[in-house]
Amino acid sequence: MSSDEPAAWLFVGPWLGGLVLFIGLPVVVMAAISLTDWSLASTPHFVGLENYTSMVTDRKFLQSVGVTVRYAVLSLPILLVLGLALSLLLNRPIRGIGLFRTIMFVPSVISGVAVAVLWFQILNPEFGILNQLLRAIGIENPPRWLTSPDWAVPAVVLTSIWTVGGAAIIYLAGLQNIPAQLYEAAEIDGAGPRQKFRHITLPMLSPTLYFLFITTLIGSFQVFDVAFVLGGSRGSSGSLLFYLLNLWNEGFRSGRIGYASALGVVFVAVAAVIILVAMRASERFIYYEAEDK
Amino acid sequence: METTIVASRRRRRIRWPLVAGRGATVALLILLSIVVLLPVGWMLTVALKPDRVPVFTIPAEWFPTKFFAFDNFIRTMTLPDRPFGLYMLNTLTIFAGNLVGTLFSCSVAGYAFARMRFRQRDRLFKILILTMLIPWQALMVPQFLIFHTIGWYGSYLPLIVPSFFGNAFFVFLIRQYMRTIPRELDEAARIDGAGHLAIFWWVILPLIKPVLAVCAVFVFLGSWNDLLGPLIYLERNSQFTVALGLANAVTLRGTDWNLVMAANLLMMAPPVIIYFVLQRRLIGGIASVGLKG
Repeated sequence: MSSDEPAAWLFVGPWLGGLVLFIGLPVVVMAAISLTDWSLASTPHFVGLENYTSMVTDRKFLQSVGVTVRYAVLSLPILLVLGLALSLLLNRPIRGIGLFRTIMFVPSVISGVAVAVLWFQILNPEFGILNQLLRAIGIENPPRWLTSPDWAVPAVVLTSIWTVGGAAIIYLAGLQNIPAQLYEAAEIDGAGPRQKFRHITLPMLSPTLYFLFITTLIGSFQVFDVAFVLGGSRGSSGSLLFYLLNLWNEGFRSGRIGYASALGVVFVAVAAVIILVAMRASERFIYYEAEDK
Repeated sequence: METTIVASRRRRRIRWPLVAGRGATVALLILLSIVVLLPVGWMLTVALKPDRVPVFTIPAEWFPTKFFAFDNFIRTMTLPDRPFGLYMLNTLTIFAGNLVGTLFSCSVAGYAFARMRFRQRDRLFKILILTMLIPWQALMVPQFLIFHTIGWYGSYLPLIVPSFFGNAFFVFLIRQYMRTIPRELDEAARIDGAGHLAIFWWVILPLIKPVLAVCAVFVFLGSWNDLLGPLIYLERNSQFTVALGLANAVTLRGTDWNLVMAANLLMMAPPVIIYFVLQRRLIGGIASVGLKG
């Protein structure tokens, strides 16, 4: 078939233009500004890599990396495992299963702000319903959640567990794509439920698992709305200072444009490296490429 | 796929451990549904309380008991300080702009990737996949500077115009859907002398309405739930969106929580209603992305 140029360039034009204008150009601008000491109060000077080297001793930067990494390490396995467990439940042939699927998925269409507003009160140490429940089952001194340095990040993890139905629905689609014959053949060979899960379900789900691993990991770096609502002003120096919240504070509240740009460069670079490594690590990911030819 | 599983299970003899397992599954699903739904019931209880009674009680009240102040919903929409009704209208305005922009720019780009041959197509598609994964919130500082420089700060333009320049996720979704349409349809039109524009407009566009509907819902969720964009670009209270208005209401202390919870319910309602109405189609759309990944 002959080439469709130049018409094709008209069709991809808007997207390509957007890529240049709203991603390419800002990346270049950000990288350039990150080499200056530009702040709202002064004219910019070139300072080389000073913004980057000063991160090493910046208490707030280190705090924000710590909070973000802690959240990622804690939430990633929990969300991946609970999402899979929930999808296995939702895949059982039970009457009315559609209703359960609907209910479990509802929280994941609700915005981060709305979820946070709700959980802000659920997590209240005195009259919040979570601690009332914990006291009712005999825990006398339940965690103080958002006001406790140790429990604030786990509290955010709790809010994301409430919305785990989103991951479960994607798992469920993966589960339903596994041919039933595989299980039937395994049963004839005398495989039990555990063996079927280990040798059929898990391998067949690996592309889904992989997709969810990357998106959940990247998602855990992107926490902003929930931290902004739950952390309030405390988020700016406290235990809910997620990376993007710190970046926003530096850029839009402190007006340190040069430094905030350097934070942005580091963020994009780390995310890009993780994604590229993950893509390399998996032959599966180029699946749709092969299907193209 | 699901029906085959159900059918094969039905043919079997009744096995009691299986029945017991099924009972346990149902019990667990009911418990999980309660965990999801009770916070929402509690929120409704709070939202329906008049100003004079304490909003939070020990023990917590899960369902509206004796207070049914439905006018709280009207009051929260017309509060002079934070008119949630106006915020809703503002958000819908932004959504309308984003809807037009996204459907236009993403369907033409999707067509190019699905149906046209041009140099670097496969490489561009790889870039598209990559841009889908990288968290671009990190670009908030340079994007803000660019929009500020051209005088768009304080208007809806930075929140709407980028949608006219494509979005990797929607281009991907539309392209995947177009590939399921038989090429014979295009070929027939081509033989009749139709060019790409005519084929796109008269043949393809009418056939991809289902995926456009899915995109429309995601665009709505994006506009309705976005906090960071409005937070950065909007200046005056009269321009604010639902997410921004609600987040501001919480971060201020001494808030009237019955009205905030009423607003929160108004924020949650549209996504949940749309999800209920379109759930089958939506889950198909989400699942296709997960499976391809």
